[in-house]
Amino acid sequence: MKGKVRKPFNKVRLKNQFLNLVTNPFNMIVFITLIVLFCLIVIPLFQMIASTFTLAKSETRRVAQPVGSFTLYYWKYMLTGTLSAATFWIPLKNSVMIGLFTVLVSLPLGSVLAWLVVRSDIPGKKLIGTLIVIPYMIPSWCKAISWLSVFRNARSGSLGLLAGMGIPIPDWLAYGPIAIVLCMSMHYYAFAYINVSSALRSINSELEEMGEICGATKPQILARITLPLVLPSILSSIIMTLSKSIGAYGVAANLGTRIGFYTLATKMKVFINDAPQGVGYAMSLVLIGIAALIIYSNQKLIGVRKSYATIGGKGGRSNDMKLGKAKVPLMIFIVVFLFVAMVMPMFVLIMETFQVTTGNGYGLNNLTLYNWIGTVDQAQTYTSYPGIFRNEKFLAAFWNTIKLTAIGSIITAICGQFLGYISTRGRGKWYGQLTEQLVFIPFLMPGVAFSAMYFAMFSVPHLGGLIPSLYGTFGMILITTVVKHFPFASRSGTSNMMQISTELEEAATLNGAGFWRRMQKIVLPLAKNGFISGFMLTFISVAKELDLIIIMMTPKTETLSYLAFTYSQDGLNQMADAISVFTLLFIVVCYVVAGRFGADLGKSW
Amino acid sequence: MSKVELKHIDKFYGEAHVLKDLNLTIEDGDFMTLLGPSGCGKTTTLRIISGLERPQNGVMLIDGVEMINAENAYYADPAKRGLNLVFQSYALWPHMTVHDNIAFGLKIQKLPKDEVDRRVRESLKMMRIEQYDGRYPNELSGGQQQRVAIARAVASNPKLLLLDEPLSNLDARLRIDMRSELQRLHRQLGTTIIYVTHDQTEALTMSTKIALYRAGELAQVATPMELYMNPCNLEAADFIGNPRINFLEGKAVYENGKLHVKTNIGEHDFDKSLMTDQEIPNGEFDVVVAVRPEQITFADATKPGAFPVKIYANQPAGSETLISLQAGESTFIAKAIGLVHYEIDQDVYIYIDPDKMNVYDAKSTNLIKRAVI
Ligand SMILES: Nc1ncnc2c1ncn2[C@@H]1O[C@H](COP(=O)(O)OP(=O)(O)OP(=O)(O)O)[C@@H](O)[C@H]1O
Ligand SMILES: [Mg+2]
Repeated sequence: MKGKVRKPFNKVRLKNQFLNLVTNPFNMIVFITLIVLFCLIVIPLFQMIASTFTLAKSETRRVAQPVGSFTLYYWKYMLTGTLSAATFWIPLKNSVMIGLFTVLVSLPLGSVLAWLVVRSDIPGKKLIGTLIVIPYMIPSWCKAISWLSVFRNARSGSLGLLAGMGIPIPDWLAYGPIAIVLCMSMHYYAFAYINVSSALRSINSELEEMGEICGATKPQILARITLPLVLPSILSSIIMTLSKSIGAYGVAANLGTRIGFYTLATKMKVFINDAPQGVGYAMSLVLIGIAALIIYSNQKLIGVRKSYATIGGKGGRSNDMKLGKAKVPLMIFIVVFLFVAMVMPMFVLIMETFQVTTGNGYGLNNLTLYNWIGTVDQAQTYTSYPGIFRNEKFLAAFWNTIKLTAIGSIITAICGQFLGYISTRGRGKWYGQLTEQLVFIPFLMPGVAFSAMYFAMFSVPHLGGLIPSLYGTFGMILITTVVKHFPFASRSGTSNMMQISTELEEAATLNGAGFWRRMQKIVLPLAKNGFISGFMLTFISVAKELDLIIIMMTPKTETLSYLAFTYSQDGLNQMADAISVFTLLFIVVCYVVAGRFGADLGKSW
Repeated sequence: MSKVELKHIDKFYGEAHVLKDLNLTIEDGDFMTLLGPSGCGKTTTLRIISGLERPQNGVMLIDGVEMINAENAYYADPAKRGLNLVFQSYALWPHMTVHDNIAFGLKIQKLPKDEVDRRVRESLKMMRIEQYDGRYPNELSGGQQQRVAIARAVASNPKLLLLDEPLSNLDARLRIDMRSELQRLHRQLGTTIIYVTHDQTEALTMSTKIALYRAGELAQVATPMELYMNPCNLEAADFIGNPRINFLEGKAVYENGKLHVKTNIGEHDFDKSLMTDQEIPNGEFDVVVAVRPEQITFADATKPGAFPVKIYANQPAGSETLISLQAGESTFIAKAIGLVHYEIDQDVYIYIDPDKMNVYDAKSTNLIKRAVI
């Protein structure tokens, strides 16, 4: 008998096939999961695409067509309209430029730091290694706020540290592209650092020593041996940095909008909050398109999905490369970097929370605890808010943040394990691959674009009111947060489930355990530890988030990050600072707790 | 205590045809070994029997009850087939103690607690690991884990016990111990055992029957003795036996009910009664004569049938000595018990019992003359 033969029709077989399918809970679960993923990811995407071609009520005044009819109005408005330069082309150019320059600054910085820490004989490596990743733990919007605390000038009403010292700070330095690029670089250098250092760690130093034996000089070894070996990880750092920074919202909004400098992400938010929303959605489609293009071109270049994972693996023995005369200058470089990127802004930020007037020095008469615990009647200068610990808005925002991070990350982590289970058990089968691909989609979307998609989907009722409008509800923010973190959580779920060999389950099957019993007695107990660390990483990642939820914020659902952002926009700088400092403390505590549970913090994005 | 019949089983992984029209019957009480090189489909067969894998074609009966009928897409639940499996990796649940590992299946059967405890104790005792009752698998050595895995499988009193290369992770000494252990277990339980291995010594020493695989097909199913003495074709002959069987090329004619064979070690006539039912070509044809190294004995020049050869090399190894010999163009190996010494290039006489020779048709590679067992 050769090849597979289609069997003739047979009633009994059909019945049995049907029974096999429906009596197996795993099949049912896969089926339901695929439907849910489809509803949560594919449909919203199409919904958003459709809404850029469908006339909304607000535009009926300008387009003489009935509501809901097909229109190219939004795309034309964006691409060729009279205002298209200001609405689309200039922000697009700004976004791309910021992305490129951020790569240009952060990549060499991260790679050099990685090489120094992993491969050179620089003293105090362990300490430096720990300190270097700290700036990454700080949410990027906090960085923007601490940038302002240093560079703010008279335009914002209150002065920053430098302007307060009488150093004139021009607008182009305080706000706009340079500030944005520098702030983002201080954040995204971590991608290069983490990727390159783990690649370097996995390279056996004997490879380099072999070069030395062959008579190559140190620069030659670096260029001809080390560099090509870490090239894939450098490439994927470029891709990640580029796709993240092009779509980033928090920093660009904080440092750009007040001088009218817009990127695609910040402009998009303007359109979605005002009208025409269709233009905003079209912009977010452009953002998604750019990010998808970048990531897929990377996969074509590198082959596998390395852009998305740090390259793990242990290397062999590793001998440090002698730095010789370069040691002192490099030490100075690292110290200066740590000082400028971390110590100084943090110091200024923290001190500002105690100042009466910013930029007015740290004299005793200018110090106060008011910003933390003051009451309204103590209000000095023109703030009419109490200190944050007495501010109901702050307490509400804190509660919202806790609620969102806790509930969101529990749900995400559970779903992640679940999705991981399906994709590992379905490895090489169509449903496993489909699950993996569907789950990967949110990774392609910048946070704002993703939330714009959910905004478009859930701010109107569906199925004749069966799914009510979720506009302004906690549920909507929760759903967005959960689904956006699917790729990350399911990765941790997958690696967790990979460790549970299928044979352990098969052994249980042979002993008569059904699907649910296997889950309960074998899979769950074994997945527990991986689940906890996956949960902690998701928790931190959600707590840091601003980009994702900014579009959906209403006064009732404000989180800490959003509150700090609005206070900063309103010129309540010390308040914003205090909230940032508080958030920072919160995140540091999370990191410490997560580290206790053995979470691999290098894996948190 | 179970008879397993596999009929016309086909298994595909995607486009790869892994099992090709497999037909195999395992009699009640057999210790059947599936033997073959890596990747030939032994594990797949085992997984199909156990129900962890579903074949695209074929039927399987256990004690006459239909367990698989691919035509009707009927596949009985693994737990309802009355069997248990020992995985190559042991697959012990790392979060359960030895006791809990063994009790797991019994608890699922809802046996009363004292019955569960009694059965666990019994199977621990049978595998002689009572003292490890409360340990976790990672606190045990490989050999001990192995015993726990077997204890877990036999605790449920399966009618059919499947073992997938259970000894491959053990060191050489432990392997020999476990071989006798498994033999005793088979006797004690009286269970039908299907045992997978690619180690022919294991297969030859333990089984009552061996199924020799070749790339997804069965080459031969026979008792160990029969398989060793009369491999059905040249490939099987080459696979079985260590040191390898000797092949000597020659010519043959079949005339007047006698097979006349001429090789570098002389001319022999074989009686019709020793011939297999393979078709014999007309006229003179090429044959390969196969002789096991231990069938070659050294003899006096005067012994009838003795044949002069030259010593090519001498490899003493304590309990046995391998001697390479040369006769004309052919070289072959003889095995002698104990330490024997010959000088290189020394001339000696050997004797081979013609009854013990196998003759293969060189073209079809099939056995045409059997050895007398
Ligand atoms: N899940 C699978 N998907 C695709 N191909 C498979 C799968 N499992 C096994 N195969 C293929 O089927 C063939 C037979 O595999 P099987 O595991 O039965 O071999 P085996 O005889 O047990 O070998 P070994 O002695 O190495 O264990 C191999 O070629 C293998 O590559
Ligand atoms: Mg196998």
